[in-house]
Amino acid sequence: MTRLMLLLTLGVLALFSASMLIGPAPVGVGDSLRALFTDTGEPMTLVMREIRLPRAVLAVITGASLGMSGAAMQGYLRNPLAEPGLIGVSSSAALGAVIALQTGAAAAFTLALPLAALGTALIGVMLVMVLAGPRGASLTLILAGIAISALAGALLSLVLNLSPNPFATSEIVFWMMGSLADRSMVHVWLALPLSLFGWILLGSLGRGLDALTLGEDAAGALGIRLPRLRLTLVVGTACVVGAATAVAGAIGFVGLVVPHILRPFVGARPSRLVFASGLGGAALVLAADIAVRLILPDRDLKLGVVMALIGAPLFLHLIYKTRKEFA
Amino acid sequence: MMPLLEVSGLTVLRGDHPVVSNLSFAIGPGECVGLIGPNGAGKTTLLRAALGLLPHQGRSNISDLAIGTRARHAAWMPQTREIAWPIDVEAVIALGRTPWLPRGGSLRPDDRAAVERALSHMDLAPYRRRAANQLSGGEQARVLIARALAQETPLLMADEPIAGLDPAAQIATMQVFGQIAAEGKAVVVSLHDLGLAARHCTRILMLDHGQLVADGPPAEVLTPARLAEVFALRAYYQTGPDGPIFQPLEYLR
Repeated sequence: MTRLMLLLTLGVLALFSASMLIGPAPVGVGDSLRALFTDTGEPMTLVMREIRLPRAVLAVITGASLGMSGAAMQGYLRNPLAEPGLIGVSSSAALGAVIALQTGAAAAFTLALPLAALGTALIGVMLVMVLAGPRGASLTLILAGIAISALAGALLSLVLNLSPNPFATSEIVFWMMGSLADRSMVHVWLALPLSLFGWILLGSLGRGLDALTLGEDAAGALGIRLPRLRLTLVVGTACVVGAATAVAGAIGFVGLVVPHILRPFVGARPSRLVFASGLGGAALVLAADIAVRLILPDRDLKLGVVMALIGAPLFLHLIYKTRKEFA
Repeated sequence: MMPLLEVSGLTVLRGDHPVVSNLSFAIGPGECVGLIGPNGAGKTTLLRAALGLLPHQGRSNISDLAIGTRARHAAWMPQTREIAWPIDVEAVIALGRTPWLPRGGSLRPDDRAAVERALSHMDLAPYRRRAANQLSGGEQARVLIARALAQETPLLMADEPIAGLDPAAQIATMQVFGQIAAEGKAVVVSLHDLGLAARHCTRILMLDHGQLVADGPPAEVLTPARLAEVFALRAYYQTGPDGPIFQPLEYLR
């Protein structure tokens, strides 16, 4: 367990460093580092501090958020196919972002898009909580999440449908593919506090998620406060996924695949999986964001697209393995 | 003596229809109580309401406790046997220690000792490293019983814990229940095997249509008239040199 965490931490550090050293500016390792740590007054300092650093930091934040919330959601629902988007946060956030793009607010003011995304994510989650009710089983939460996702999806299509010009439409479509390119430290400062808060909430769920292995009734009789557990899970997920979607767009598969890959290495314990998946998610998004820049450096390949290209085959592999287990 | 479980006027409604109505009884230390009744009599509902897992009217001393205290007073094995992940047997049993762990803390030597006792009670030591959800149904049931035992609460409540176990494991489990009751705890189990109830329980609560129709030692509760009335059964029931022997003989309708 500790060895796995150490390995994952080392992996994240290595990938973070690699991410800092990759970009269109042809600068050596030594010069890059010097530019990062000392203000030489050269443009390279600006490149390192204002372009590559926020990009790498945001990869860590979004990856960790998606991994942790995916593991927590799977643990809560006791279903390996659950993912953080299930409670409607990502689609609600996407709706806000698309409205900001469509109305031109995003072009007028950098933070308009992430703030609009966070706002609609909040509204979406509040609706889900009201629909699911204060008591009640996990099933009502899923149903409420699906309903709100569908509603947000429909409204998003409506915005696209009514889009006045093809440029706005293509901008929206590209945004929805998810990317970490051209982000600034402002995005980091927007996403970090919310994400930190969400990580603390999700990290506090461990004991309850472990007890839920035995079902809701048994967990309740073990002293787990299920309504509070669910509230913590939903608010935590809303914070981290809302923040991640607001700054990076829709990035799928991380929350689904990472917990699945790491589960055997933590003895399948949900509490341990949450932390391991945070590190694993950070590593996966860093790696994918490096791949984006290496494969087609001049074509602005979208992170969400690469992630789906990596994630879908992994998922197929999982299905194949599961099929063998149940055969 | 202070009862470990005391319910009075316990009623659970589903819609307007009472699933159990106005039940009152008290169970004290040393009692191994069998809760019997035909399907749909309200056994599970009674147990869950008494534990505070179900909204109800009337009182239950367990349900009145704060949720954390409650888990240190009563252990519960639900009828639905769920082990969601391939966690090893020892770790599943250790979940029973959850209410006793300090905030954010892990298992202490006392907790490990309780887990070992539970493992040996249910003869599970050879299985300790196996993935619990890949064991057979009966083996999983034994793991979950051990999980409830590891909670080491004064009161143990289990909903059909021995259903699906092989005959030896059924008897072994009932003996363990008898043994922990004899240690001064109380056990309440719902079960359908009236023979095992007659042999191993010190007291039987008979439930029918949500009403408590009989409460007392097995020999007083399992009378031909009640068996015919509640279960539609005729049975052989004698106490000989091998103890009480109960065998259902025919269906009476």
